Amino acid sequence: MSETGTFGAAGAGTAATAAEDAAEAVSGARGGHLRADGVVRRIGDRAVLDGVTLAPRPGETVGLLGPNGSGKSTLLRLLAGVLGPTAGTVTFDGDPLPSVGRRAVARRVAVVQQESQTQTEMSVRDVVGLGRIPHRRAWTPVTPDDRRAVDTALERTGLADRAGQSWHTLSGGERQRVQIARALAQEPSELLLDEPTNHLDIQYQLDLLELAVSLPVTTVIALHDLNLAAMYCDRLVVLRDGRAVAEGTPGQVLTPALIRDVYGVRAEVTGEGERPVVRFLRRGDPDV
Amino acid sequence: MRRTRPALLLAGGLAALALSVTVTVTIGPASITPAGVWASLGARLGIGESPLTPIQDGIVWDLRMPRTLIAAVCGAGLALCGAVMQSLLRNPLADPFVLGVSSGASTGAVAVIVLGWGGGVVSLSAGAFVGALLSFGMVMLLSLSLGGSMDRVVLSGVAAMQLFSALTSFTVLLSADAETTQGVLFWLLGSFSNVGWADVVLCAGVLAVVMAVCLAHTTTLDAFAFGEEAAASLGVRVARARVVLLTATALLTAALVSSVGAVGFVGLILPHATRMLTGAMHARLLPVTAVIGAVFLVWVDTLARTVLDPQEIPVGVVTSLVGVPAFIAVLYRSRGKS
Repeated sequence: MSETGTFGAAGAGTAATAAEDAAEAVSGARGGHLRADGVVRRIGDRAVLDGVTLAPRPGETVGLLGPNGSGKSTLLRLLAGVLGPTAGTVTFDGDPLPSVGRRAVARRVAVVQQESQTQTEMSVRDVVGLGRIPHRRAWTPVTPDDRRAVDTALERTGLADRAGQSWHTLSGGERQRVQIARALAQEPSELLLDEPTNHLDIQYQLDLLELAVSLPVTTVIALHDLNLAAMYCDRLVVLRDGRAVAEGTPGQVLTPALIRDVYGVRAEVTGEGERPVVRFLRRGDPDV
Repeated sequence: MRRTRPALLLAGGLAALALSVTVTVTIGPASITPAGVWASLGARLGIGESPLTPIQDGIVWDLRMPRTLIAAVCGAGLALCGAVMQSLLRNPLADPFVLGVSSGASTGAVAVIVLGWGGGVVSLSAGAFVGALLSFGMVMLLSLSLGGSMDRVVLSGVAAMQLFSALTSFTVLLSADAETTQGVLFWLLGSFSNVGWADVVLCAGVLAVVMAVCLAHTTTLDAFAFGEEAAASLGVRVARARVVLLTATALLTAALVSSVGAVGFVGLILPHATRMLTGAMHARLLPVTAVIGAVFLVWVDTLARTVLDPQEIPVGVVTSLVGVPAFIAVLYRSRGKS
């Protein structure tokens, strides 16, 4: 069943990704699964997004960078189909998202938000089980497939022994991990993360990104931290005032000139090749 | 956290409900045994002969049975609506009356009783139903024009509740004599006296339809746990789900309130109490809370009509007097566990 998605072949992740690479090479013209073409989103007169195109290649991790208000979250919400673009299109396998349908989109595209809050008393397993909602039918109890997907997601995220624990007793980092497990239970081919590490200790930030990039899915992740982006992303897209101003590998994108241009701060960029290291400079520091 | 199996809970609850109904209809001034009630039911279905005298038969089937059954339907419906509202509005203080349905109903009822609107043709129930729908319509229009988010819905509900309560009080104080005032007050607090089989059939029918709608949306309700945006990204058509579920629960609440008045507490507290047994997932929560609500209200009504016999206490008063201590006890027990 093609609908169960890439992650359905859990454990055979790399094989699935390789197969998709091949599939993309063949289908070529259709591009990747999920893409945004020239999307515009206006609120009143202001364009929050102003003609951005984003086409992640299957299996890669794309980092979205840019200052607050540059349009990162809006772009992710358009990609998830939660918002509609004012102009331009978001397509999945060539079909515009509205014609794919909300439930079908949710079976392919999973979202992890910056922070998740609930007053509902739920166990970790309950929360992960929410990921099965787009797969379930009304009046039908949980199927063995649902259970298997939840078990796999719990194991993959190292939460198998926490399944019975109450959500409210978890730390911020653990909660984000559970949300990733919930996203995996959706068995998506694309995973969208909106600044998932914002409120976390550094240990949890690294843990979470390590987990995110190890998953056999295409990942688009909005990040604040340039060094984390350089460490974990295959490709970066930089937004400023709703427009994409740079795109490429971390080595190509993260230059002192771009950082000054986009963020208005001086920085020194060191490190060889594709994993540069950014060090910000104080007022008195000499230019490097 | 270990939870009782919901199937077991549901089966036990239904058995308890059947038992409660047959026991409570025997409680009262005329002495009748549960066995007699069962035999009489059998006789009505064409099996065996009824041991009841015609008077006893009349007391059971014309007076106590419709009253007991409407209590059961009302308890089930209010608990169901309360559970759905709390999840949909993401507000633990939400209850079936939060959208102004009961306040609108009371204004409608008062317009009929006190002001004589409808010229004697329109019944109290019909007036109340119209009032309830007017209030609900106002809340929906107001909240939609304010952007339609859930907190706007709640605030619009608060506005409607205040407005219609004020209209009700104003009308009663200005135009009603003492006797009418007492009648209105009694109705406002909820009363199962004066209900007949027509009310039972109507309310049970609405309950069945709305229950089916809610059970078809259990995973949708689960999806709202982390908010509307999270629900949307799980494939829920949020605006549609919201309209369908709010309308369904408002209709059921309006039907119940129009028949028996605004019985408080059940729709607010019983869903919380049930969650402690079943967890918060709606496929388990909704059926169980409905059954618990039914059993609860059947017994509360029995207390209401017997404790101070022949004086009757409004059901709404007893629900709170019995329910609040019980709920506090449950809260203390669950504190020990978590």
